[in-house]
Amino acid sequence: MAITINGTPVDPPADPRVSLLDLMRDRLHLTGTKVGCNQGACGACTVLIDGQRVLSCLTLAVQAEGRTVTTIEGLGADGLHPLQQAFLEHDGFQCGYCTPGQICAASAMLEEVAAGMPSYVTRDLAAPARLTREEVRERMSGNLCRCGAHNGIIDAIMAVAEEQAA
Amino acid sequence: MSRVQNVLVGTVRSALGWVPAQWLPGGTPDPLIGRRGEVGRQAARLDGDVKVQGQARFSAEVPLENLCYAALVHGTITRGRITRLDTAKAEAAEGVLLVVTHRNMPRVSGPSLIAITDPTAVGNSSLPILQDDKVHYNGQVVAAVVAETQEQADHAASLIEIDYAAEPAETRFEEAKSGARIIPSLLIERNHLSLGKAERELTRAPHKVDNLYRTQWQNHNAIELHALTVAWGGETLTVHDTTQMIASEAATLAKMFGLKREDVRVLSPFVGGGFGGKGFWDHQVVAVAAARMVGRPLRLQLTREGVYRIVGGRSATEQRVALGADNEGRFTALIHNGYSVMPPYGACPEAYTLGTRSAYRAKSFEILQRHIDMAVVPNTFMRAPGEAIGTFALESAVDELAHELAMDPIELRLRNLPEKHPITGAPFSQHAAAKSWADGAAHFGWERRSATPGARRKGEWRIGMGCGSGSFPYVRMPGAAVRLTIRRDGTATLACSAQEMGMGTSTVLAQQVADRLGVPLDAVVIETGDSDLPAAPMAGGSGQSVSIAGALLAASEKLPAELLRLAGNDSPLAGLRAGEIRLGQEGMASAADPSRHETFRSILARANRDEVSVSATGTPPLEMMKFAMHSTAAMFCELRVSDVTGEIRVDRLLGSFDCGTILNPRTAASQFRGGMIMGLGLALTEETWLDERSGRIMNPTLADYHIPAHLDVPDIEVMWTGIPDPRSPLGARGIGEIGITGVAAAVANAVFNATGKRVRDLPITLDKLL
Repeated sequence: MAITINGTPVDPPADPRVSLLDLMRDRLHLTGTKVGCNQGACGACTVLIDGQRVLSCLTLAVQAEGRTVTTIEGLGADGLHPLQQAFLEHDGFQCGYCTPGQICAASAMLEEVAAGMPSYVTRDLAAPARLTREEVRERMSGNLCRCGAHNGIIDAIMAVAEEQAA
Repeated sequence: MSRVQNVLVGTVRSALGWVPAQWLPGGTPDPLIGRRGEVGRQAARLDGDVKVQGQARFSAEVPLENLCYAALVHGTITRGRITRLDTAKAEAAEGVLLVVTHRNMPRVSGPSLIAITDPTAVGNSSLPILQDDKVHYNGQVVAAVVAETQEQADHAASLIEIDYAAEPAETRFEEAKSGARIIPSLLIERNHLSLGKAERELTRAPHKVDNLYRTQWQNHNAIELHALTVAWGGETLTVHDTTQMIASEAATLAKMFGLKREDVRVLSPFVGGGFGGKGFWDHQVVAVAAARMVGRPLRLQLTREGVYRIVGGRSATEQRVALGADNEGRFTALIHNGYSVMPPYGACPEAYTLGTRSAYRAKSFEILQRHIDMAVVPNTFMRAPGEAIGTFALESAVDELAHELAMDPIELRLRNLPEKHPITGAPFSQHAAAKSWADGAAHFGWERRSATPGARRKGEWRIGMGCGSGSFPYVRMPGAAVRLTIRRDGTATLACSAQEMGMGTSTVLAQQVADRLGVPLDAVVIETGDSDLPAAPMAGGSGQSVSIAGALLAASEKLPAELLRLAGNDSPLAGLRAGEIRLGQEGMASAADPSRHETFRSILARANRDEVSVSATGTPPLEMMKFAMHSTAAMFCELRVSDVTGEIRVDRLLGSFDCGTILNPRTAASQFRGGMIMGLGLALTEETWLDERSGRIMNPTLADYHIPAHLDVPDIEVMWTGIPDPRSPLGARGIGEIGITGVAAAVANAVFNATGKRVRDLPITLDKLL
């Protein structure tokens, strides 16, 4: 069964050891998805599978058979995604290496909040989830940034969240 | 790092002391200082669009036909010999093209070690690379496998069988101290400094503190892994690498592999974070050699563990700081000495006393660093080497002394600020530390701090405020070169081999070109990241931007003569000499009569030329020798400590900087914050655990080495005096590293203010507070 990546059906690799990350980077030259640790600690390889954020380094390509994968290339296929635009406006990056993962994670994270999923810092689990800076920080803590663009990243995500709420 | 160097530097400094300032570079302030233009504006990053779309092409992402992949095997003993090396299973594994060991690796000599006297020397280690059966540190590269796919290479690497004969090795910091050596100089400074009788003054002082401070091993942990894609073409070599030293890596590879310099090309348009770690290490040599052996383009990307194993980080230190003061708080003795690691095969001293030398006035000084040898991957420079951790010790001590004196710690600092360099007596080129303290304290609300430790509480949380000074010297590197080209279509291109690691290098360069020439920002093209371009200095010492700014200044001074030659007799500029010309308004004009102006376009059109190009190298950075050129910072922190768990949450962090002209407030603010966040990691979470029994790093993963995550990072405020330095190009001093300095002390001092507990041992983990 094919894997649909950014709308294009792709054959799964013959070698079952190939991760979704390596399939995309090495075989398909979809290098927008980054590799920082290959063990799920940094979040640089975050992509969306059927809309949910997933670490592609910990996902075997064959696990994505029959499913829909969206990467940073797909997210911005029809012009800049609002998050991409917001990262530019709020200077949410320096070297740009963790950026695609941050943006993919943020897009799924906003959906999680919209669906009412609580987080570790959510005080009232019964009430609808409300997006505060602290909530965004907690929910984005799986995506490491070493240059130190954290403030800009949170600003960018909050701006998009507020725009969506308006 | 020799005695000869001490004498040379000393001689140049004392000779320059007699030379009038106006004879030196920077003697006449850069005419662009204070002029309103593109410099100083929040220009957007030129590479922003490609980065947010994931289209910036990093070194492991270059598509090449027929590419093969390599994996490294890291040794598992600390010192000894390989007694059995069986590669048969690996060689027989599917897809394997080659196994490289010391038995078949081509003979290459080690790279020249990093040295300030030779800008092409980039080696972090002088150890042989796969040249013999010896192992010198735990994790050293002992073999490499090349295969058709990464999966095949990784699997085959696991099939290599190695037996070792281990030999005794020094792996314990405490034990190695007894064999410490003293090297004569630290970078360009003399190591040992003795002024007056500091120990005697300390004994006599009515108020004193005298303590040991310890700082941890650290790793840079750029999120992008070290990786290179190598392609040989006969006797030419192309290397797509992620490096902070493009030009010198090309020179080093040429030398090591017996090639002409012009036949080696290193391309590194984007670096996914560096912080000192993206230098020249064993993996580049192994990859280049293996690609030649296998006769195909090859990619080698280190694993995260591999980065920890073979790329050194910041050395652990033990530092003694002793301060003596009179009843008014004036320092009578300042003693700073201690130990850090630098193996004999390494080249990077952790110069934690450098910042101390210009920080405060004192009646007497005693400063000396000792280097200890341990069997470890050679440590290297990591963001503000020296200052990041030296300021922790010094600024903790100042806070302790303030407490002892019952004086506000900012007041104590202000009473001891120097008016000139406290040791050399050289005048400061510009120094407004007092202003950054005053501005920072007012903005932070320092007056709300309780002088009594442990006095503020909210529920289980005890709340405290702390501060600390940061500092970093101005560095302009010699030999920076650029090529400036002006085209008939009105565009201007600046080309040099500069590195872009996220600092905003090309963005800030474009702003400068726009102002130097008076052309619109969008007419400027910046070409960087390629060793075929004129050699920029490495991205290090916070010196890249000002070094290139100096070269651009030199190029713009050469440009009028070239253009006058083309202008001819019909130009309104006819008859003028180059010295009478001023660049601006997309052309140039008579300095005396600005109405005599002609545009670059018009000059080139009349001469029927498409472009004119000048190459130039910056003047020797003699201003660094004549003046004391230092940036300073005042760091403020407010945090809370849980009574129940000892957990520390940093709620507020503010940095108030005095760093000369700020070229781009947007990218500068990000650099400052980035440094401060790394300072939080140094203070609270980061530590590379070296197993002192085995000499092996125990936590070579981002899961176990904790860099600050989003939830650890509060909103960080930054502010600056913005006072230009009259001795530097554009009035600017580098800002890439100062952000990390002073932060760990501000945090530790805030912890003391919150709890009354003084932690002198980084990182301040919760177990130290229970």
